[in-house]
Amino acid sequence: MQQPALFEYVLRIADDSLILGQRLGEWCGHGPILEEDIAMTNIALDLIGQSISLYDFAAELEGTGKNHDQLAYLRYENEYKNILLVEQPNGDFAMTILRQFFFDAFRLPFYEALMQSPVAQLAAVAAKSVKETRYHLKHTSEWVIRMGDGTDESHQRAQSAIDHLWRYTNELFYENEVDQTLQAEGKVPALSAIRTQWLSTVTNVLSEATLQIPTNDWKFDGGREGRHSEHMGYILSDLQYMQRAYPNMEW
Amino acid sequence: MVSAADIRSYLEEVSDPEIPVLTITDLGVVQQIYFQDQTWFVELTPTYSGCPAMQQIEADILSKLKEKGIENAQVKHVLSPAWTTDWISEEGRQKLRLYGIAPPVNEPDKSALFSEPPRVACPKCNSKDTRMVSLFGSTACKAHYQCNACQEPFDYFKCLK
Ligand SMILES: [Zn+2]
Repeated sequence: MQQPALFEYVLRIADDSLILGQRLGEWCGHGPILEEDIAMTNIALDLIGQSISLYDFAAELEGTGKNHDQLAYLRYENEYKNILLVEQPNGDFAMTILRQFFFDAFRLPFYEALMQSPVAQLAAVAAKSVKETRYHLKHTSEWVIRMGDGTDESHQRAQSAIDHLWRYTNELFYENEVDQTLQAEGKVPALSAIRTQWLSTVTNVLSEATLQIPTNDWKFDGGREGRHSEHMGYILSDLQYMQRAYPNMEW
Repeated sequence: MVSAADIRSYLEEVSDPEIPVLTITDLGVVQQIYFQDQTWFVELTPTYSGCPAMQQIEADILSKLKEKGIENAQVKHVLSPAWTTDWISEEGRQKLRLYGIAPPVNEPDKSALFSEPPRVACPKCNSKDTRMVSLFGSTACKAHYQCNACQEPFDYFKCLK
């Protein structure tokens, strides 16, 4: 492989999108109201669509003639490089919205920065996806405020979701030698600058929502290295079932 | 031999699978058309990354060209430049309105997180007294609105820039 660091980097973004899209898709037919059922699945479609473009590019970089389906469906758990946040269970609606909000608040400034990448395929995916992500973040921010500043129960559920998910947010900014290599080549943005923007969005929205940022600084990571939580295997068994049972099947 | 302009005119007969009153050229998803290595290439850009209609559109393009006697054609999916609702033709906007879907209006500041929802005229009675019910409507590209004047629920084709 010519550019192993870039391949790994593209997989990360693709895997974050695919796994979160798969999780959101679980709401299909189970949303608390019809409008939210539709919103969750529309956001899932955007994310899965983004992952297809990224897997196409990753397959091109890998150069072994695979297609996006083979990358999406036929890898082992430790070959997926998504962060732990996106594989966490949907829980109640507050948990799903908060997970999505923390992710969207990262994705928007991340894509904005990635649009400047000299790697044309990355810049193109970013320019396309940034427009969609703006709608996602708007939607989840409004829900965080509605729940936090809503009834006692909605407030308490939103706060418990934050208290539970906070430990996974640090991994949004996880960097290793892949980032160092690509940053040195000027191909990808430094995540430290994005963290500042993320924290500012999170602080503003949570304060508007009368919700608190947890004071404990428990941190979990490992996803970027292929070490996942106990939930990942269950997601993959669902996600990969058709391709494992009927190899190379197509619609 | 046919020209790229001929091909484009053939594509004016291909309708969007989700909004059949629109052709794919009204929608602005057809980009460059060119002949290379004995093959006609049609560049297609998705409206949204996950738009499930893209594969259907590709199949419809190929079958339309076949019907016109062009066998050696390929559809190329391109992301850049990214599609924007500005590419929907004036005629396309008129067709949307007649079909009951409010066409995109210019939303001034897309970067603001908490801007007011855009003022959208009801496609039935033209009243501007409407409200957004949900940011996500029947497809990713639409929001769900309701008219306060005539009560009509309708889809609004969201501005994407
Ligand atoms: Zn009306």
